[in-house]
Amino acid sequence: MTRQELLLARQGSRRDLARLLSLIEDGSYLFDDTSRIDALRDMSIAITGSPGVGKSVLCDQLLNHWASSGYNVALLAVDPSSPRSGGALLGDRIRLKSIDDDAIKDRIYVRSIATRKSTGSVPLIVRDMAALLHDVGYQRVLIETVGSGQSELRCAAVADRIVLVEGPARGDSIQAEKAGLLELADAVIVNKADIEGARKHFDELKESLALEQDELPQMFLVSALEQTGTKELADQLFNLTSTQRAKKSRIYQHLLASHEQRLTQHPGLNEVLDLILEGTLHIDDALSHLNGSS
Amino acid sequence: MGSPVRVVVAKPGLDGHDRGAKVVARALRDAGHEVIYTGLRRTAQQIIDTVRDEDAAFLGLSSLSGAHNHLFPRICQLLVEQNMGDVIVFGGGIIPQDDREELFSHGIRAIFGPGTPTSDILQFIDEARTRPEVGVGGSSDWFWTSSA
Repeated sequence: MTRQELLLARQGSRRDLARLLSLIEDGSYLFDDTSRIDALRDMSIAITGSPGVGKSVLCDQLLNHWASSGYNVALLAVDPSSPRSGGALLGDRIRLKSIDDDAIKDRIYVRSIATRKSTGSVPLIVRDMAALLHDVGYQRVLIETVGSGQSELRCAAVADRIVLVEGPARGDSIQAEKAGLLELADAVIVNKADIEGARKHFDELKESLALEQDELPQMFLVSALEQTGTKELADQLFNLTSTQRAKKSRIYQHLLASHEQRLTQHPGLNEVLDLILEGTLHIDDALSHLNGSS
Repeated sequence: MGSPVRVVVAKPGLDGHDRGAKVVARALRDAGHEVIYTGLRRTAQQIIDTVRDEDAAFLGLSSLSGAHNHLFPRICQLLVEQNMGDVIVFGGGIIPQDDREELFSHGIRAIFGPGTPTSDILQFIDEARTRPEVGVGGSSDWFWTSSA
């Protein structure tokens, strides 16, 4: 069944591609990625950063530049599900102009992804979706994450490259939350160069990174609004290199995501939780039990 | 419950009023569905591309401009032509009762006017997803009778 759809997707059927992506999302299709040597791949790029720094607009311009150069490119836009209802409002497409451009829209695939309730499995779903998109002919896959919280960090970490987007200084220096992402980042973009304070933030970030790390991520100061520096950015990001440090941090996050998924999908999880609640099982024993028999 | 239903909520044509579409989008989200909102002034083909790429099971069309008799059937026709006849289409906005029968004949399965309780729309979704052949190209002549 899925074989046929995969063949059609490879021949360019976006309907079949979309269906396969849904099956991956539901957990009913495990895409067999033949090139799963994580450290060697360079096809997926996570774009992460706090809400409001301009990730969507930047993604739009990257898609536009790459598609205009003749590449097939995709965007996976991850948004949170409501923890109460499990539903989601996915509005990333509103900000994308490149998908309305008839000259390039056939080379751009955009898919909105809700984190759903089991956040533990989202990163691995995103990884498999990116792998499928690459398999059917999308040379680069952007993954836009929300940029806060552990699951977002792991979403970013399943990508082959990580780009952190920042805005102009808001009076704070590097926060602990950002420090985790800075450790993973292969490139750091300071957006909104048209606004006062962007240059200052850019210089401060560069300085503090130089103090902390030997291998610096690439740094860019751009304005997505005025489109200054974005063309160079698109050219550089397409073949972005990664450092050993960033690769190792990513593999660590990847390992955590896989581990978390194994735990959350273990059939005996609920029973184990009840035993801990009753006081008859110690948390260390619970962990070895869950890890041993999955 | 299974997987959430993916619904595209779209505003076709020259129409800048999206309060209703946003209320519907929120109600669907709060009922546990995943809603992809297209934003204003979309062309028929842009809406169909979105439904295809997002693999949506439902498409909700909102129109307050009076152009529904032109836009809605056009979108239905394109969906069928482009091999997406299984998508379930519903509409809403300022759509007079006299126009509705014609729209149902094009495969639209519900029309919701001003004052519709959002629970009505949710019941329609739950009912339609269990019925066979109610996609826009399906052979069923079933449609939902809304309260407004």
